[in-house]
Amino acid sequence: MQVRIVLSANTQRFDPAARSRATGFVIALLVLWPLLVWSQFYPASLFEARNLVAMGQFLGSFLPPDMSLEFLRYVMRSTIETVAIATSGMSLAFLIAVPLTMANTRALSIARIGPGPGWRISRVLHVILRGLLVALRGVPELVWALVFVRALGLGPAAGVLALAITYGGMLAKVYAEILESSDTEAARVLLQAGSGRTLALVYGLLPVAASEIVSYTVYRWECALRASVVMGFVGAGGLGQLMDQSMKMMNGGEAATILVVFVLLVLMADAVSAALRKGLA
Amino acid sequence: MSSKAALSLDHRALRICTKCLFAMALLATLVVGSFAYLSLGLERLFTIDAVRELARFLLSFFPPDVSSRYLGKTAKAALETLAVSAVGTLLAAAFALLLALPASGRYGSVLRGATRFVLNLLRSVPELIWAALMVLAAGLGPFAGTLALAAHTSGVLGRLFAEALENAPIAPAAALVEAGASPAPAFLYGTLPNVVPQFLSYSLYRWEINIRMAAILGFVGAGGLGQMLYFELSLLHQNQACTVIIAMLLLAALVDGASAMLRRRLTSA
Repeated sequence: MQVRIVLSANTQRFDPAARSRATGFVIALLVLWPLLVWSQFYPASLFEARNLVAMGQFLGSFLPPDMSLEFLRYVMRSTIETVAIATSGMSLAFLIAVPLTMANTRALSIARIGPGPGWRISRVLHVILRGLLVALRGVPELVWALVFVRALGLGPAAGVLALAITYGGMLAKVYAEILESSDTEAARVLLQAGSGRTLALVYGLLPVAASEIVSYTVYRWECALRASVVMGFVGAGGLGQLMDQSMKMMNGGEAATILVVFVLLVLMADAVSAALRKGLA
Repeated sequence: MSSKAALSLDHRALRICTKCLFAMALLATLVVGSFAYLSLGLERLFTIDAVRELARFLLSFFPPDVSSRYLGKTAKAALETLAVSAVGTLLAAAFALLLALPASGRYGSVLRGATRFVLNLLRSVPELIWAALMVLAAGLGPFAGTLALAAHTSGVLGRLFAEALENAPIAPAAALVEAGASPAPAFLYGTLPNVVPQFLSYSLYRWEINIRMAAILGFVGAGGLGQMLYFELSLLHQNQACTVIIAMLLLAALVDGASAMLRRRLTSA
């Protein structure tokens, strides 16, 4: 957009929209100015001697990466821990999400078919439930992790719980959306004929929506893997915690090894997830 | 004949899917193995004492600190976070546009592969790790957060922009070139108008993600609300931490609203 504006000023004769574009550009600059001040935008600080030295020394110590057998064993153990945190967190999140989805999916709402006994209570419950879901996934997993590290101590438990809570809320929301956007006719007919929610879900909704739900879950597992590394930085175990320690001690060689392992792990998860989803489609 | 076909079909429906069974077994092993490996001791959470302790801890966050002095401090940090997210996303969009040109294969397949590799690298390192690196490069403060967001987001946006450019119709630019325009104006007036709405909507979408990221980048010293939250939680100031968390949620909701409004305004025009 901005590139277009700048160049259009040069070719003003040919551009009938030049005036409005120039005005837009000036307004954008006026809005941008305070933002730059607040964010302390100061590129020159990149070239200050103190920072150049610190970064140079750190980056210089990246090479060679630490390949000692002892450290590699540490990294290996942390990598497995990271994958385990993501997997456990996801399975707990799934356990949280299933009942929430069942309660939250409009297509499975018996009260919605017609006024029956208790529809008032059910409406109130729906509002409370939606609020709960927003609260669960509104607070970022890193904040939950930090809170749980304070409550449970350092280690993977905090990461697993933080993932379970945020991803539980997220999965419940997206599952409900997937179920609603698929064909809900069969479920409605089943409910009207007197079947319960579970049967309507299993025979009415899942046959059309199952592959999409599995594929989204696999994708989320991939995200959970990345998140579990990041949560390590606040002490929730895994590769992140190891990396945090190496960086605090300015040990570039170790940081480089971990960074390489991390990128490989993410690429691998990317490939596995893509292959699984392709197989499902 | 037809009944036979129906019979064999029925048969197939009843046959147990070995592939599915295998997948289920693999999944179960993975899940059980993960829990066993971590030995989380989550069962200790299910004693009455632990539940009471955890509930007490979570309840100690309320009520939030709403003294005007603290609210003022929070508002200042919120503005800093907002600025970090906006400037970071803008920088990323500009940088992504630069990288998307070679990544869309305009300058040959060698450059295409090389820039795609760079984009993947930028993208696969999370914002928080970028922030930890940038704090070293630019010193503590919001500028490090801005750079970190810009680095990760330009990887994400660059790939999306490149794909949009590859899928854009070639006829308008080709017509301009045939009419005698040089490549740059042909791109600016023939190709760009077709992809700008997409670029804008991708960038706004990333802004919504980045406001949430910017709020927590402070954990590694990159300023704003995150730095405040980390500080308060370290000192066990739960009520102050609660104020900051609420500010984060409000800020995210505000940006969602602003982004939806901008998207309607900019992409429809």
